[in-house]
Amino acid sequence: MLEVTQLTKTYGHGPSAVHAVGNLSFRVEPGEFVCIVGQSGCGKTTLLKCLCGLIPATSGTAVLQGRVIDRPPDKLALVFQEYSRSLLPWMTVRGNITLPLRSKGIDSTRRDELAEQALTAVGLVGSFDRYPWQLSGGMQQRVAIARALAYQPEILLMDEPFASVDAQTRADLEDLVLRVRDEFDVTVLFVTHDIDEAIYLSDRVIVLTPPPTRVREVVDVDLPRPRDQIATKGLPAFTRLRAHVFELIKRPADSAGDELSEQHTT
Amino acid sequence: MTTAVGAGPVLGADDRGGERLWWLPWLTVLAVLAALEALSRSGAIPEDYLPAVTTVLAALVAELRDPTFWLRVWETLQAWGLGLAVAVVAGIPLGLAIGSNRLAYRAVRVLIEFPRPIPPVAVLPLAVLLFGTGVEMKVYLVAFAAFFPLLFQALYGVQDLDPVARDTARAYGLGPIARFVWVAVPSAMPYVATGLRLSAAIALIVTIATEIVVGSSGLGYAINEVRYANDIALMYGIIVVTGVLGLVIAIMFRRLERRVLHWHASQRQELPA
Amino acid sequence: MTRRLRAIGLESALPVMLVVVWWVASADSESVYFPPLREIVATFADVWLFDRVASDLIPSLVRFTAGFVVAVASGVGLGLLIGLSPLLRRATDPLVDFLRTLPKPAIIPPAILFLGAGASMKVFIIAFGAIWPVLLNTVDGVRGVDADTLDMARVYGLRRGERIRRVVLPAATPQIFAGARLALSIALILMVVSEMVASTNGLGYFVLLSQQTFAIPEMWSGILLLGLVGYLFNGIFVLAERRALRWHRGWRAAALGQAVDTGAAPARPKNIIPQAADT
Repeated sequence: MLEVTQLTKTYGHGPSAVHAVGNLSFRVEPGEFVCIVGQSGCGKTTLLKCLCGLIPATSGTAVLQGRVIDRPPDKLALVFQEYSRSLLPWMTVRGNITLPLRSKGIDSTRRDELAEQALTAVGLVGSFDRYPWQLSGGMQQRVAIARALAYQPEILLMDEPFASVDAQTRADLEDLVLRVRDEFDVTVLFVTHDIDEAIYLSDRVIVLTPPPTRVREVVDVDLPRPRDQIATKGLPAFTRLRAHVFELIKRPADSAGDELSEQHTT
Repeated sequence: MTTAVGAGPVLGADDRGGERLWWLPWLTVLAVLAALEALSRSGAIPEDYLPAVTTVLAALVAELRDPTFWLRVWETLQAWGLGLAVAVVAGIPLGLAIGSNRLAYRAVRVLIEFPRPIPPVAVLPLAVLLFGTGVEMKVYLVAFAAFFPLLFQALYGVQDLDPVARDTARAYGLGPIARFVWVAVPSAMPYVATGLRLSAAIALIVTIATEIVVGSSGLGYAINEVRYANDIALMYGIIVVTGVLGLVIAIMFRRLERRVLHWHASQRQELPA
Repeated sequence: MTRRLRAIGLESALPVMLVVVWWVASADSESVYFPPLREIVATFADVWLFDRVASDLIPSLVRFTAGFVVAVASGVGLGLLIGLSPLLRRATDPLVDFLRTLPKPAIIPPAILFLGAGASMKVFIIAFGAIWPVLLNTVDGVRGVDADTLDMARVYGLRRGERIRRVVLPAATPQIFAGARLALSIALILMVVSEMVASTNGLGYFVLLSQQTFAIPEMWSGILLLGLVGYLFNGIFVLAERRALRWHRGWRAAALGQAVDTGAAPARPKNIIPQAADT
């Protein structure tokens, strides 16, 4: 599905250069739910921008379904952390969801159909003609998710999507994402700095090092599905995984483990 | 709108190289001047409509030696400065006072909103009747024009006071007068600075307009004078002088505004140009 | 309801009182310059209902509208172009700075040289004076569009034209309106001035001619009408702004954590004023 090979991103030149991403390799298989965790400032956002084709990588490649990503791919949708900036305040919920579909050349009846389907999936059918700023933060992020779903992506990228909502809403949104990914049969690459969230949601967790960012380890999450906020998080396996990932993140930058990851990623 | 730091490039455009291209603005200016020169020299535009740039410059340089020219500059600056000063002295305190009292604001709101959209030059004939065509008339009109932006900016500035700052001041036991002097007035300053910049520009527009319509002094009158004497080159030269005046005034007041905004949170990030 | 009535009473008390005072105090006025208000009102009805409407009022309104529309349209167009291209912005910087700070009445004489004393000269002067605040604020607004918003537009495959029309331009509208508001008052000034300098009709011409022929009540009626015209244009502008920026008020209110009420008018659009970039 998505294959990232020795991707690096460096800003600037010479001694003042900033190595945001240093030699990153991993794969995401079709239908997988993969989380990327790392401390804040470890180049997660830069990585996502490269994967979205917004900025070019300095070296290495990212390949989506056999095509090198050099511009925003058609089959990729992104959910931003800042819903208040990614939703256009001058458009209604309907306008926001259908705007990308218009560019795809989809006719207006089909656009409305897709939008309604997506909005139903996130539980906001009644909000078609409201403006984003009339909705709560959690509802706005639902609209952003609906926009991504209506775009019919094969892969959904999510950049710390729940970092700006309160804890209860966050749990609801996590379950919502798990539900819609089954319903829409979409691969998800989810970036977060919350270890619990990463383990709860994913099939695999990719743990990153501080910059220059590499893969420290890929952790398989073999918790049973469907997941449940209370039952799953109460499992001993969950606790064990959490301790393991926590330890990986806290480990100093230049210790062993970087080599290990190469084996896991293949 | 919340603005990203530096309000950067749009649509993937790249802002780098700004430093490397320091010569680009001057190249444009040179190109425009060269084009104007060519248009005139080639006869594409008749010389009695638009003389060559070099001719205009020569006429202007010769004029700079004439004391009458400097008198005209002084007359314009005098009317502009006095008018602006009157507006500042009247408009800012009045705006601050009205803005800090809800009842006062409600009582005079309609009264001060009503004359605002009246174009200030509309009362020019009246001003001529009352004050003649001398400097008093100009000062009166300029003050009238510059008064409203200052009044409203001062008023809005006081009203836009951060409630947290006000409550803090109250919690620390500052009385109403102390609060007005130490909290309301300083926080209104950025608005006042913006008002000053707008007023200064409008004041110059009105000064020149008045001089052109009922000319007896100033650069506006000088433009008319040389035009009737058919010295078209010098006419353009004096227009350039008014432009330089406008530019200098704009830069001065923008600097002042930036200084005042410096400590103010609403200051927008600007990259060094 | 009673509170509303009281508020209206409070707000209109002073203006009504002033008009009454003016009426009473000027009733027996012998002053040539300050005729009784009664006389001014009578003259106003005489002159403007509807003797000189076609000859002076309509030409003024047409010139103003034409000049203002040209200024806004070309200001937004050029502003978009310059705002989207850092290179172009850099190249045009000193030129724009000079032209926008040039006191516009100064170019009336050369405009007469090129265009004569007719309507086209006045439209040109109005447009040339009013374009700058619109242009500069458009540039500012375009540059200020949020980076995340633009990233969103690109990730979701919006084509360049669509990004400009549906994302960049709407995001810049609050700034554009702030510029247009300033442009409006400058356009009014230039309409009057250009009619005073060289014209055979129009409100500016009428007022100045009345003064020069010592037709003082006529002059007053003209000034009064100019005030009304200014008021009218301002009113239309505010209505248009309210309509176009309804989303912006709601968005701002929500961002400031206030109750959102899309139906009601805001206290006042004060956020508009300090934003004006420059004249």
